[in-house]
Amino acid sequence: MSAPIVTLDCRGQACPRPIIELGRHLGDVEVGEVIAVAADDVAAHHDVPAWARMRGQEFVGEVEAEDGVPVYRIRRLS
Amino acid sequence: MTDRFTYLDAASAEPLHPAAREVLLAAAEQGYADPRRLHRPARSAGLLLANAREVVAEALGVRRDEVLFTSSGTAAVHAGLLGLGSRGIGHSAVEHQAVIDAARWSQRSPVTELAVDGEARVEGAAVREAVRAGDVDVVAVQQANHEVGTLQPLDEVASAAGPASLFVDAGAAMGRLPLPSVGDAIAGSARKWGGPGGVGVLVVRRAARWRWPFPGDEWSRTDQGFTNIPGALAAAAALQAVVAERDEVNARQHELVALVRERVRTEIPDVDVAGPAEDRLPHLVTFSALYVDGEALVTALDRIGAGVASGSACTSDTREPSRVLAAMGALTHGNVRLSLTRDTTREDVERVLDALPGIVKDLRAEAGL
Repeated sequence: MSAPIVTLDCRGQACPRPIIELGRHLGDVEVGEVIAVAADDVAAHHDVPAWARMRGQEFVGEVEAEDGVPVYRIRRLS
Repeated sequence: MTDRFTYLDAASAEPLHPAAREVLLAAAEQGYADPRRLHRPARSAGLLLANAREVVAEALGVRRDEVLFTSSGTAAVHAGLLGLGSRGIGHSAVEHQAVIDAARWSQRSPVTELAVDGEARVEGAAVREAVRAGDVDVVAVQQANHEVGTLQPLDEVASAAGPASLFVDAGAAMGRLPLPSVGDAIAGSARKWGGPGGVGVLVVRRAARWRWPFPGDEWSRTDQGFTNIPGALAAAAALQAVVAERDEVNARQHELVALVRERVRTEIPDVDVAGPAEDRLPHLVTFSALYVDGEALVTALDRIGAGVASGSACTSDTREPSRVLAAMGALTHGNVRLSLTRDTTREDVERVLDALPGIVKDLRAEAGL
């Protein structure tokens, strides 16, 4: 799994803020590169993959940060 | 600001049906007594209750002695599910909270969640898998989903469940659709069809291996506690009326929901319409708008005079997103559910649809998008 070029820190932010940040910052990585978002909001677990499906991006998976917060990875496809 | 209010939350509670209103008032005057007593007012109350039972049985196409009244739809679900089986429970991932709560409370083991597909439909294979080991002896699958409208393939579920008992929560569908031909116990809620609140109906089929799961005597086994007789009679009158008019109402509502699905998809960018276009409840539709706060969306709609529900985390007591939307992989934020009442007009729906794209656009702009 490719390492993310950019990781957004959305700890403590409630839905839909982490997804909004993802939408705003997708352009920070090139097509083919991976962007990640660290979010402890429970809705992000469902909404990051749903966002990727709706926006035509690739949801790569979920890993855990050192503090236990989920980090979601997305590969920019377009 | 407008004086008009368009109530689009019938799936939470349908306004009292006109057929129920007069019955409720008349029965409140005549049906106050305890029908177990041996005096005249008691006989009068007893007759009203028998009448309510008969009307409900006829409207649902079941026998009188298969109909129980409960103190709510939730109570009907609890009694229906917990009265079946004794070992494990398998329930679909998209059941109503009342089913999930009852399964957890039962302390039965295992409690297995049955997977659904992207349209919230239960898969027969998941049911077969759950009952295969033999430790799940009751399966709970709803008739139709209360949030996205999906009709469950109950014949397939019943056949996959094999010897396990089947509990069906028909809360979202009872009256609107024919009663399922399968299911050992089937629960409904009167306020969802235009009856009064605080009246549930539990149909227990005669062949079912079901027993009253709560404390109580012979009387409470047929009716939980002291039955709300005026409420039961009004619920029965509403049910009878809803069944009589459902062909016409369902066709009209189905068309309006199709209009919502179409216009929301084409007029609002980045929107996820959940649930199937066909094989669904006629009166409800749900969709989620990307980057939008569900609470803000509901509040903005209330401001223009439209009342809707939301499955987004920020609008729930628990701050958890809708389990239904999550299980089907739908977007959980920015969610609204529109559910039509029996007299919702095309004009009502179009007024809301006209306003929605602007509301969503403004909320996205506020969020910096």
